[in-house]
Amino acid sequence: MAAEATNVGNTAINIGIFAAFVAVTLVIVFRVSRQNKSAADFYAGGRNFTGTQNGTAIAGDYLSAASFLGIAGAIAVNGYDGFLYSIGFLVAWLVALLLVAELLRNTGKFTMADVLSFRLKQRPIRLAAALSTLAVVFFYLLAQMAGAGGLVALLLGITDKAGQGLVIAVVGALMILYVLVGGMKGTTWVQIIKATLLILGAGAMTIWVLATFGFNLSAVMQEAVNMAGDKGEAILEPGLQYGATALSQLDFLSLALALVLGTAGLPHVLTRFYTVPSAKEARKSVVVAIWLIGIFYLFTLVLGYGAAALVGPETILAAPGGQNSAAPLLAFQLGGEILLGIIAAVAFATILAVVAGLTITAATSFAHDIYASIIKKGQVAPDGEVRVARWTVVVIGIIAIIGGIFANGQNIAFLVALAFCVAASANLPTIIYSLFWKRFNTSGALWSIYGGLISTVVLIIFSPVVSGKPADPVTGLSKSMISNPAIDFHWFPLDNPGIVTIPLAFVLGIVGTYLSKERSHPEKYAEMEVRSLTGAGAEKATAH
Amino acid sequence: MSDVQASGPAETDYQRVERSDEFQSLRKAFRNFVFPMTALFLVWYLLYVLMSTYAHDFMSIRVGGTITVGLIFGLLQFVSTFVITTVYARWANDKFDARAKALREEIEGGEL
Repeated sequence: MAAEATNVGNTAINIGIFAAFVAVTLVIVFRVSRQNKSAADFYAGGRNFTGTQNGTAIAGDYLSAASFLGIAGAIAVNGYDGFLYSIGFLVAWLVALLLVAELLRNTGKFTMADVLSFRLKQRPIRLAAALSTLAVVFFYLLAQMAGAGGLVALLLGITDKAGQGLVIAVVGALMILYVLVGGMKGTTWVQIIKATLLILGAGAMTIWVLATFGFNLSAVMQEAVNMAGDKGEAILEPGLQYGATALSQLDFLSLALALVLGTAGLPHVLTRFYTVPSAKEARKSVVVAIWLIGIFYLFTLVLGYGAAALVGPETILAAPGGQNSAAPLLAFQLGGEILLGIIAAVAFATILAVVAGLTITAATSFAHDIYASIIKKGQVAPDGEVRVARWTVVVIGIIAIIGGIFANGQNIAFLVALAFCVAASANLPTIIYSLFWKRFNTSGALWSIYGGLISTVVLIIFSPVVSGKPADPVTGLSKSMISNPAIDFHWFPLDNPGIVTIPLAFVLGIVGTYLSKERSHPEKYAEMEVRSLTGAGAEKATAH
Repeated sequence: MSDVQASGPAETDYQRVERSDEFQSLRKAFRNFVFPMTALFLVWYLLYVLMSTYAHDFMSIRVGGTITVGLIFGLLQFVSTFVITTVYARWANDKFDARAKALREEIEGGEL
């Protein structure tokens, strides 16, 4: 049965549907990008998207392959704990809705650094904010591209590394084309189309699964219990994945904290708030995104248990993509080659769209914060800045391709959690202090950003995810990134450092602020506060 | 900017707006809504995470078929997120926006 499962689907159908998606989106990208002229067009889509459009695009950005394939797979294999994981991703949006989205839209232009440098010293703050932005994007990007390799193996039946590398390169090249041609406008439309397909596809599968069991969720879960073998009833209860030891419980708390506080600090989420004309539309974006993301995670609950019930965890784990193959295998079980082809194409589109969103964010940050503000000290023509942004897109695309090829097959699933942890530690405290704390100053911001960034990266390097997990008795390999069990330099016990680094970054922001003799700027804070709440002087949409 | 008696640097327009009763009450209304709501959902989420981690037996109680207390609790997190989103959006659209807009027009029209 397991051998059979490694060769499901029809490669021609999978590729055909994906090619159709690429063709349709390319036409749209070319059409919408004819009006791309100014920096506001390239970086922020002319700020002309409606709240509903942008909210759908946010859902498209956020529902990455890790969310779609990862969570459905985690529920299929580990039951309740996979569901637990998805809740942190959803609740996190309330931080963005209540504290960040509207105020950020009212005070910034293109990047997070715009808001921070409003009343703090321009150059050091922009550099720090750009570095932490680039770090988050790099970790997130690498995770997406490495995931692409596994997906290729599963969906196209390509098992040799060279063939997979070629597909990764094609995905990367397509992404560069989308972003270069379409800028933020084209990227946003790709996200909207992809989010719509993903949610419709998952919704159809959910109804299908429920219909199979007479619309009784309890019956789906009962069948999942029956299929789970010796795990049995444990998949209905918390603790299968995270509850083994006191340490793994603490590790989960740490992860939960990073998830809930990280989202509102993710740079590719923050830049999306600038693509709408007003704070009111930014609010609506988040409201729409919360509904779409929430409904999608409810679907994954059904899909996860449905995959466990209809496919079975043993078959899932034996498939080439392992846990990630739960949703595609369920699609095949339900609707055969055609439904698998659609879901496979959506999964590819997901990687393509998320990588495009990350790339344009990184390019914006580099061109706007580092090149224009720091290197050129603001003395640069807007089209010069956009030209640099375009070159940055090419460079980042190439880095993503090379990184994806090297990381292919590596155990780097922790990179997404790491990106959330850096966002929660290095970005969120400074954004919150900057918006709400009058006394806050440059020194506090630098302590918090660099402290959060460095502590997270250092603790990860010396954690069990990089080295020192016990060797697997079957393969003799460690589950750490460095799979040789003889190499062990870890001294930090947790996989997720958030429980240490997030409070640390908040405290460093306070300590750094009080240690500095920097003069405060009450007039700047007054301007920021008035503008953030009233929208006076906020960037307007470009007229066409 | 007519008041030149103050010894410090001249007050900016934004500072004058910031000091105004209108702005102070707008700011107070915003913070009084947003801060308690943030505290509420964070505590509610942390309670859920802590219970899932440390109250395994309670969360595993079956309330019917394969439906556990933990599943209900988790679904309630979805419900609370949707409710808070709706309540906030309605408050902001109905109560906050009009006041912010009035103040914005006064500022941009140079009336303050």
